[in-house]
Parts: sequence; C-alpha cells; structure tokens
Amino acid sequence: MEIFLQQVLSGLATGAIYASLALALVMIYQTTELINFAQGEMAMFSTYIAWALINAGMPYWAAFFLTIGISFVGGMAIERIIIRPVEKAPVLALVIVFIGLLVIFNSLAGWLWTYTIKEFPSPFPVGSPGGNTYIGFHQLGMIGVTLLVLLFLYLFFRFAPLGLALRAVAQNPVSSRLVGVRVGWMLALGWGLAAAVGAVAGMMVAPRLFLDPNMMGGVLLYAFAAALLGGTTSPLGAVIGGFTLGVLENLAGTYIPFIGTELKLAFALGIIILVLLVRPQGLLGKKIVARV
Amino acid sequence: MVAMLELKNVEAFYGPIRALHGISLSVEQGGIVTVLGANGAGKTTTLRAICGMIKTTGSIKFEGREIFGKLTESVARLGIAHVPEGRGTFEKLTTEENLRLGAFTRRDRNAVAEDMDRVYGYFPVLAERREQQAGTLSGGEQQMLAIGRALMLRPRLMLLDEPSFGLAPMIVQEIFRIMRSINENDGVSMLLVEQNAALAMDLADQAFLLETGEVVMSGDTKTMKEDESIRTSYLGY
Ligand SMILES: Nc1ncnc2c1ncn2[C@@H]1O[C@H](COP(=O)(O)OP(=O)(O)OP(=O)(O)O)[C@@H](O)[C@H]1O
Ligand SMILES: [Mg+2]
Repeated sequence: MEIFLQQVLSGLATGAIYASLALALVMIYQTTELINFAQGEMAMFSTYIAWALINAGMPYWAAFFLTIGISFVGGMAIERIIIRPVEKAPVLALVIVFIGLLVIFNSLAGWLWTYTIKEFPSPFPVGSPGGNTYIGFHQLGMIGVTLLVLLFLYLFFRFAPLGLALRAVAQNPVSSRLVGVRVGWMLALGWGLAAAVGAVAGMMVAPRLFLDPNMMGGVLLYAFAAALLGGTTSPLGAVIGGFTLGVLENLAGTYIPFIGTELKLAFALGIIILVLLVRPQGLLGKKIVARV
Repeated sequence: MVAMLELKNVEAFYGPIRALHGISLSVEQGGIVTVLGANGAGKTTTLRAICGMIKTTGSIKFEGREIFGKLTESVARLGIAHVPEGRGTFEKLTTEENLRLGAFTRRDRNAVAEDMDRVYGYFPVLAERREQQAGTLSGGEQQMLAIGRALMLRPRLMLLDEPSFGLAPMIVQEIFRIMRSINENDGVSMLLVEQNAALAMDLADQAFLLETGEVVMSGDTKTMKEDESIRTSYLGY
C-alpha cells in the first residue's frame, strides 16, 4: 500500500509536467490543427537559458521569471518569422518545419552548452514535509507550480479580452477578423504562451532528469500521449490526460514486471495506439465529423 | 458632400473566377441602401470585397479614404461592422462572450457596458440566454446575436447579409423594426443585402439590383417600387 501511494504521488508530479506540455501542444493544435513536434526541444532550450542565467549568478526566481519572459517572446518570434511564411503550406511541409525546429534547437543547445549532462537546481528544499516517505518538497513544488500555471491560464482564457479573442480565433477566424481581432498576432500569442508554459515544465522537470539536449524526448512523447488521451481539442482533457499518464506510467513500471524503466517509452506508444484505435477523439475531445 | 461608402468599378475574384464585373455603388451618411438580386448574383461577394475578405480590384472609399487592400480586421477597426451570411456565431462561446467580442477593439469600458445593456434592450431574449452556448441558440436568436455583436463595435456603417434568412415572418418584422431604430437613433448607415425585396425596399432609401456580378438597375426605392419589371420579378405583385 505504501509503495502504491508513493507511486501515485510521484506519478502526479511527473504527470504535472506531462499536463503542462500537453497543454502547450493543445494550445497550438487548436489554432493550427498540427502537433508542434518541437515543443519539447523548445522547453529544453528555455531550461538551458535558465541554467545559464543562474550560473551567471542570478537568483533562482529571477532567472525563472526572466526565462518565462524570454520564452514567451521567443515563441511569438518563431511563429511570426518561421511559421507565418509557411502557414498555408501543405501539412507535410509544416511537419517538416516542426521537425526542422526540433533538430535546430537540439543541435543549438548541444553546440552552445555541450552534450554533457548538467545538474539543474530546484527552488524547493531537499527532503520531504515532516520527513514522510511518500512525497518530497520538490515533487510537491512541481504539482503546486503546475496548478498555479493552470489557474493563471484558466483566468486568462476565461476573463481577459485577449484570452477570449484567442478562443474566438481558434473556433472561427473569419468572424474574429470581422470584429477586428488581429488573427495573425493571436496565433503568435498562442505560440508565446505555449513556449512559456513549456519553459515552466522544463525548469520543473530538469532537477529530476538533469539537463541535457535530449532530456525532453521522452517527456514530449508522454505529453503527446496525454494530449491524445484527453482529446487534442480540449485543454482540460490534456491536463487530465497528463496527470493520468504520469500515474499510469509509474504504476505500470512498478506492477507490470517486464515494463520496468526500459519499456516506459514503449508504454507511452502503447497508450497512443490504444487511444487512436478505441477513442480517436480522446476522453473529452470532440469527434470531428468529416463530410463525405 | 462625400458619400460614407463608395465603390467604383469593383471587380472581385474567387481564384481565377471573376464574380463581380465592375460594380459601382454608394451609401450616403445615415442612409440605408439595399442590394437585391437572385442567388449567385454577387451580393455576398460585394460585402466581402468591402471587408477585404477576397481578392479585389477597383476603388473602395470609406468616409473619403481608400480602404481597398486593407486587412479585414483593419476595416472593422474603422467602424464597419459586417453581419455575415450564415451569422458567423462563435458557437462554443456564450451569448455574452459573443457580444464582448464585438467590442474587442474598444477601450471605453463604461460605454461598452452601456451598449451591452442597449443590445439586451433591443433583444431581451438574448439577456435571458446570456450564459448559454451561442451554438445552441435558435436560428433567429443567433441572427439577433449577430446584429447585437455588430452593434457592440459601435459602427458607423453596418453591412448586413440577409438578416431575414430562415426566420419566421414575425421575427423578421421585429428585426427590421429594430434595424430602423438603430439607423434613426444611433445614426448608423446600412448596406443591406436581402432576398426579401419587399421588406428591404420599405426600409431602404436606395436600391441596387445585381445580376451576375453587375449592377443592372439602381435608384430611389420609391421610384423603383413603381417599376413594372421590378414589381413582377422581385416584389411579386
Ligand atoms: N468561396 C467561393 N469560391 C468560388 N466561387 C464562389 C465562392 N463564393 C461564391 N462564389 C461564386 O460567386 C458568385 C456570387 O456568389 P455570392 O455568394 O456573392 O452570391 P449571392 O448573391 O450572395 O447569392 P445568395 O443569394 O445565394 O447568397 C456565384 O457564382 C458563386 O458561385
Ligand atoms: Mg449571399
């Protein structure tokens, strides 16, 4: 029972990361109907920026917020400069652009900071509250920070005029233009937000994974599975999917002997295939009815 | 006196296909102009051309300024509100959010709140459906919402694409009555595309008749109503 609880709680902590990244994927998917394969590498790159800032002597939280700001602007710039010109290109061309971005960020990080693994600090104390054996401060912190991010996004999309405009653009760009919404900038804003959310996920997961240019590969696969499980059209679904997968991953690793740590990625792929076969629209997603 | 809106020799294209063959028309300050014509005549296309939604050539002036070639969102920001064919509802948003979006470009929060009340005053049924998903409103309610959304821009010119489409005669009467009072009380000029020629001619001061992308007749609605051919082919008496 103790092991079970431990696994569930630490699963929720990693699940928080999957949830954030899945949410970033959904945010871009809603306006473009494409999965940004570079989302993980963008988060990794942001984390390196934070690392460089901290190494240069900046206090943790200052570096944390500055990194979020840089990532936000960077995300917007990527949309404006790289995605914009190919916006109307065929899907395959866009997929190649995304993969190109992935490769560029990966090699750029390797070139700037080498491929040797680095330690990334946690802002939370070591150990666990009251010395309990279930969940440590850092894991609690990961969950807490993620919940704060989610709360912020919820309030933004629910109450801020810009958040409303973003939702409007996602469902009806033509009508959005007719009420004067600058659709191009809203798409850029979506990318900025996704990059910022990804940056938080990267900085939260890095103390556990260590920092290296390939750290996000596995995480992105899980985030992708989470987005699919929850429904790529539903932000809430993505979050639920993320937490669910974090827990499932841990439980499967503990209780299904042959999975262990080696087959964790295969497990994510298994989930992806299962979802696609059984419920392609995900738990909360909307079924897309194609006209024949 | 400069016309509020003036189109000169406007051509519009869907890909290689030319849908408008040099249209000229104008709307006076505070006036109501109706554009009539059979299905496929190019009425919707005319409104799309004004809003920069489709490839166009020619000249389109709003309050004396050339707006030809501007982005759709920039045209809206000038004070031109388009109630599009099919209503353009944001279906997954609530009624109130749809209306808030209409005022997206405005910064005068207090006046926006007043306008919201005014719209609910014109269309009390929308107030009852404030928190309802707009996609679940009835067709007539969505039409009212589309007009309300356009009003929230506090426009100087409204472009209305078949506001009577698919509505019960009672509701059509009601909507036209409200449009008249918007025109009279708020001084909003209107360019009204309609199938219901009789109603449109009653409301408008000027009419333009389109046939396959060309203006074939235009003038005062009073004189046009007397015209034999118009009476038989459009008014049906
Ligand atoms: N998206 C489009 N792509 C290609 N051709 C189009 C498109 N929209 C309209 N057309 C063509 O342009 C012409 C004018 O269409 P338009 O929609 O302006 O007609 P309308 O007068 O509004 O008709 P209705 O009363 O049926 O709404 C038609 O021949 C139509 O087939
Ligand atoms: Mg039409």
